[in-house]
Amino acid sequence: MKVFKPQNIFLAVVFVILYLPIIYLIVYSFNKGEYMTGWGGFSFKHYGELFSDNRMIEIVIDTMIVAFLSSLIATIIGTIGAFWVYQSKNKPANSLLYLNSVLMVSPDVIIGASFLILFTAVGISLGFTSVLLSHIAFSIPIVVLMVLPKLKEMPRTLVEASADLGATNYQTLSNVIIPYIQPGIAAGFFMALTYSLDDFAVTFFVTGNGFSTIAVEIYSRARQGISLEINALSTMMFIVSLILVAVYYFISNNNSKKTRGAR
Amino acid sequence: MSAKKLFYTIPYAVWLALFVIVPLILLVFQALTNQSGHFTFDNFAAYLSSGTYLRMTINSVLYAFLITAITLLISYPTAYFLTQLKHHSFWILIIILPTWINLLLKAYAFIGLLSKDGTVNSFIQLLGAAPQQLLFTNASFILVSSYIEIPFMILPIYNALTEIDPNLIQASRDLGANSWTTLKKVIFPLSLSGVKTGIQAVFIPSLSLFMITRLIGGNRVITLGTAIEEHFLSTQNWHMGSTIGVVLVLAMFITMYLTRDNKKKGGRR
Repeated sequence: MKVFKPQNIFLAVVFVILYLPIIYLIVYSFNKGEYMTGWGGFSFKHYGELFSDNRMIEIVIDTMIVAFLSSLIATIIGTIGAFWVYQSKNKPANSLLYLNSVLMVSPDVIIGASFLILFTAVGISLGFTSVLLSHIAFSIPIVVLMVLPKLKEMPRTLVEASADLGATNYQTLSNVIIPYIQPGIAAGFFMALTYSLDDFAVTFFVTGNGFSTIAVEIYSRARQGISLEINALSTMMFIVSLILVAVYYFISNNNSKKTRGAR
Repeated sequence: MSAKKLFYTIPYAVWLALFVIVPLILLVFQALTNQSGHFTFDNFAAYLSSGTYLRMTINSVLYAFLITAITLLISYPTAYFLTQLKHHSFWILIIILPTWINLLLKAYAFIGLLSKDGTVNSFIQLLGAAPQQLLFTNASFILVSSYIEIPFMILPIYNALTEIDPNLIQASRDLGANSWTTLKKVIFPLSLSGVKTGIQAVFIPSLSLFMITRLIGGNRVITLGTAIEEHFLSTQNWHMGSTIGVVLVLAMFITMYLTRDNKKKGGRR
């Protein structure tokens, strides 16, 4: 009875609106016909087209390589950056954090355009390298923001105890600090991964002619009209997003459980 | 100690310098030079004296304003009703899940829905009306942009609402306020910081989403973002593109200033 309160109906409508376009895409990926109207029967043929489309497979692999490499490098640099912000306890830390968030609040077109000017000025040719560098660059701030709270919450006594017990700086870092902040690093890595996979605008600016990522390819194909191969691709990407979300929430849930247990 | 500090500093400092500070300087430099590399204010003069550029800017701000207003109108009640659900932390997850799906795919879905022989038009024909031009209109651009931005508005409002001390709401009820008065006088003012964050998260991207204007708005809608993209990638006039870029950055700062958090002011009382 209580389920049919007007506010729940409002919520239900919002949920339906949010998911309708996505479900619509997925349903039509199984259409026998060629368009997103009319139902010609159930078929996997567009998945067949997708898997025999060598150009698309190459782009998917390139996108994965860029995403993985950029998140890995961004995680390393971002973690180092978080240490720096953490160590500079006084005023500079705030201005550092302010600079850190510039790339998070800037509109994508500004990042894309200014990186394009940068790469041209420095003489880096547009393609894989420029896309990889850009993805590393815009993923670093999120890693810093994910690792920093873990560093701040780490008890000072832990580090002091390690030093008292005769550990070298390196041993303290690798055996005490890194394991403690590791959940933050993992969360940062996954956020960087999704940033990279999700980006269109910045890549579009710095990609040049030869190199393409999934988002850029979808854009250029979508401008030519409907192709249900893209629907098939979006279904696959939807599943990947679901897995990433599940992994991310598994990590963050584990985090909060561990902190709760430690207390 | 200093060697250790140096190790911390180098990679991150290089990133800060090369990818945060230098690109912004280069953008401003491009905006302040002409084709032969001489320092000039001509680009800004051209921008300010051109009816086309100014009209485009005003239109872009108007569109962003409309998109923000529509998004807010839908998101506030959604966030509010969500907090009253039993498992609201699960439901908010369901709300933000679509943001993990590539924006291009969502725009692409709307091409299928709104095109001349798309699903919405077949439905209209089923009702006996003539098919309409839905895609490549101003309305379709606003619709799709609002659709994409809604979760980004709901999330900060939801966060602000869940941070409200339930005792305050209880106190308001005990003092005889009905639920509408409580909402108006207690809950809404306390959730204002979330609303402001939401406006920032929606308004600024709405000024710059060039892929939506291209795919859904056709070439009818030109926002600041579209203009920048066009100058950089089509007409190759980087100087003018950078000038519009500087205008967009200014618009961003103004938005952030207008929607800044006033919490400190309140604390002083």
